[in-house]
Amino acid sequence: MFQDVTLGQYYMADSVIHRLDPRVKLVGTLVYMISLFLFNNIFCYTLAAILLIAVIAMSKVPVGYMLKGMKAIIFIMIFTVIFNVFFTSGNNLFSFGIIHISREGIRSAILMVIRLTLLIVSASIMTLTTTPNRLTDGMERLFRPLKLIKVPVHEVAMMMSIALRFIPILMEEADKIVKAQTARGALFDSKKLTDRVKSLIPLIVPLFISAFRRASDLALAMEARGYHGGEGRTKLYPLKYAARDYVSYVLLGLYIILIVFLGIMSARVVAHLTAENAYLSLIF
Amino acid sequence: MPIITDHLTYSYGGKKKSQTAAVNDISVKIDDGQFIGLIGHTGSGKTTFLQLLAGLVKPDSGTVYIDGEDIFAKDFNLHSIRGKVGIVFQYPEHQLFEETVFKDVCYGPKNLGLDSKETELRAYEALKLVGIEDEVFYQSPFDLSGGQKRRVAIAGVLSMKPRVLILDEPTAGLDPAGRKEILDLIENLCKSQNMTIILVSHSMDDVAEYADRIMVMNNGQIALDGAPGEVFRHREELESFGLSLPQVTDALMKLKDSGIPVRTDAITIDEAVKEIVRVLM
Amino acid sequence: MKIIKAEEVTFEYIRRDEDGNVESFNRALDKVSLDVKEGDFISILGANGSGKSTFAKHLNSILLPTEGTVWIDGMDSKDEEKLLKIRQTAGMVFQNPDNQIIGQVIEEDVAFGPENMGIPTEQIRERVDEALKTIGMLEYSKKSPNRLSGGQKQRVSIAGVLAMHPKCIVLDEPTAMLDPAGRKEVIRALRALNNVEGITIILITHYMEETIYSDKIFVMDKGKIAMEGTPREIFSQVDELIKYKLEVPKITLLAYELRKKGMRIPECILNVKEFTDALSR
Repeated sequence: MFQDVTLGQYYMADSVIHRLDPRVKLVGTLVYMISLFLFNNIFCYTLAAILLIAVIAMSKVPVGYMLKGMKAIIFIMIFTVIFNVFFTSGNNLFSFGIIHISREGIRSAILMVIRLTLLIVSASIMTLTTTPNRLTDGMERLFRPLKLIKVPVHEVAMMMSIALRFIPILMEEADKIVKAQTARGALFDSKKLTDRVKSLIPLIVPLFISAFRRASDLALAMEARGYHGGEGRTKLYPLKYAARDYVSYVLLGLYIILIVFLGIMSARVVAHLTAENAYLSLIF
Repeated sequence: MPIITDHLTYSYGGKKKSQTAAVNDISVKIDDGQFIGLIGHTGSGKTTFLQLLAGLVKPDSGTVYIDGEDIFAKDFNLHSIRGKVGIVFQYPEHQLFEETVFKDVCYGPKNLGLDSKETELRAYEALKLVGIEDEVFYQSPFDLSGGQKRRVAIAGVLSMKPRVLILDEPTAGLDPAGRKEILDLIENLCKSQNMTIILVSHSMDDVAEYADRIMVMNNGQIALDGAPGEVFRHREELESFGLSLPQVTDALMKLKDSGIPVRTDAITIDEAVKEIVRVLM
Repeated sequence: MKIIKAEEVTFEYIRRDEDGNVESFNRALDKVSLDVKEGDFISILGANGSGKSTFAKHLNSILLPTEGTVWIDGMDSKDEEKLLKIRQTAGMVFQNPDNQIIGQVIEEDVAFGPENMGIPTEQIRERVDEALKTIGMLEYSKKSPNRLSGGQKQRVSIAGVLAMHPKCIVLDEPTAMLDPAGRKEVIRALRALNNVEGITIILITHYMEETIYSDKIFVMDKGKIAMEGTPREIFSQVDELIKYKLEVPKITLLAYELRKKGMRIPECILNVKEFTDALSR
């Protein structure tokens, strides 16, 4: 039940996207995510989707593998859809009792799902193509200026990389504990919520204990291998921009210009819509 | 309460990708009170097979009959076999979670819906059975020694009074003294409680000494099945599965190869000593 | 040249209850003195709680002695200035293969030690490849550690230490969680490191059969060195070994029992071949 989560995992392959400097990927993902929040119309999303599909295609990560990771967030998706459909006021399409479903509601639900999907896929394509070590290296470098105000940049980066390394191990462990407690008669799929929460204790307590045990083992192992913080460390793969990284930055710039242009255009179109073709606003 | 598996098959990734069958078409019958040693190298499908027997994973095809009932049938309530088939996972102490040893052992019977009197009685009996002293009952399970923790964890399964006890490498990570303690305990359960035991182990020596039937798994199938002496006769096959004979049996066979006419079915050291003394002195 | 020298090393720890009152006072090591010659393969045997792991942690300055001194290649383990140099000189491999691999790709993990030492990038590359090659894992350098077998994971951990160019590797029960194949794989790798690279190996274990090839064995019991000698000297004292809760290999026991019965067998038999050779003569 836990093996399906691919979010935050690395997928081994040899592709341009894998070879990109992690800083490019981090900045790129961040800018991309912001762009999704700047505008809320189908054209901008189409452009964003095209870019994402191109990146996925270049990354050599199988689409099926990536979609499997989406299963984990399907619950959030459904919640968003319900929330948007039922709680957005506007032109009523139909209503039963106190429930009103509006055009705007459906529109924002659809756009929200698209936005969420793009957000999560973009984040996961970053983690799928970048090893945690490279990712944290990138973050460490990008956030280096924060060291001046005493933010423990290296430590935070190291913690994140370790957390990612141990996700699959703890998932496997959780699966095993669930099976062991099931064999001891535990019912994890009880109907009553209180029972359900209670039934999680025999899972969560052992999992926490195991995580702590692993953490202290790992700390010992790191110390034994001479770990003493970020001071004076060198790298197997020091970060160095290559030509493809500069090209990527340029492409990212182009994308920003294009999406801002598209966003402004469609806003202007909406502003000029007349009463007769107001239904078009559903698209824009 | 015999267990019968009928063409049991399971593969990771479901039916579609059946290229990696972890358990491939296993049909066996396990009778009451047998002490079975299940052997196979890592990845031979042992653990999956055990989980199928305990109804913890569903097979792709085939099924398991316990007490004549198909446990994977649609209308069968799997919860009802929890009190019949107990399974002790590898490093079972990693599943302890209660504040006290006693409460932890009560967890299983409570889940079976027993009243508190019966639950506590069973917990008490189970803890006695594994040799835990009274003064430990109200300690935190996490303060115990490694060997004690493991016995408490086993008691947590025994308190459900299973007729069949499955153990996945119950001695892993213990030192020799701890290993012997656990194996003697298991043997006692088989003999005095007439429990059916299915013991998974990497150690041919352990299995040879305790089991009265050995199943050897390879590539998801039961490759060899029989009394220890019978199974050990297939030396080349065992070696091709990456398994070795118990040292004593191995030594006797090599003696025989070199022309000393010893019988090779001795398993314990005492038996081997007698046999060698008989022939050579 | 003594690579390791321990003089009257005592280690005590105090257990406190929740209020901080002293609950008990434990002496894990009691005046342990031993020398290790550079280039030797040393085994330290002992049951759980004998103090062998506590001692191992003293060889890498993870624990510091309460009394006495440990010298690692001439450096006092308490010398904080030399801490990094000590850890580089005496590398350490632990029991659980999952809990000591830091990188999510094997080469990144092996690079961890050299990175901490501040080795220039090109040299890290060389060291990583060389270490992985020595241990026979070069083809896995870009793979994730999660899919490896236990034995392979431990070899990666050894490579991680090797890349730091140690003079000595201390292994704290590296095989306790492995299957027989994995155990053989790790021991074979250690022997090769010792023979070919001349690296001093200190193997801490409770499996006697892993120590057969050592130059010297120390047996620990209750925080003290109880026995020391060559494998033959140690293995011939079967009664002593049983007293210290060690598991004597079955074949050694069999030979020992036959000798007691008056059969003419050399005093100490270490493997099946020696046994059959002795008897068929």
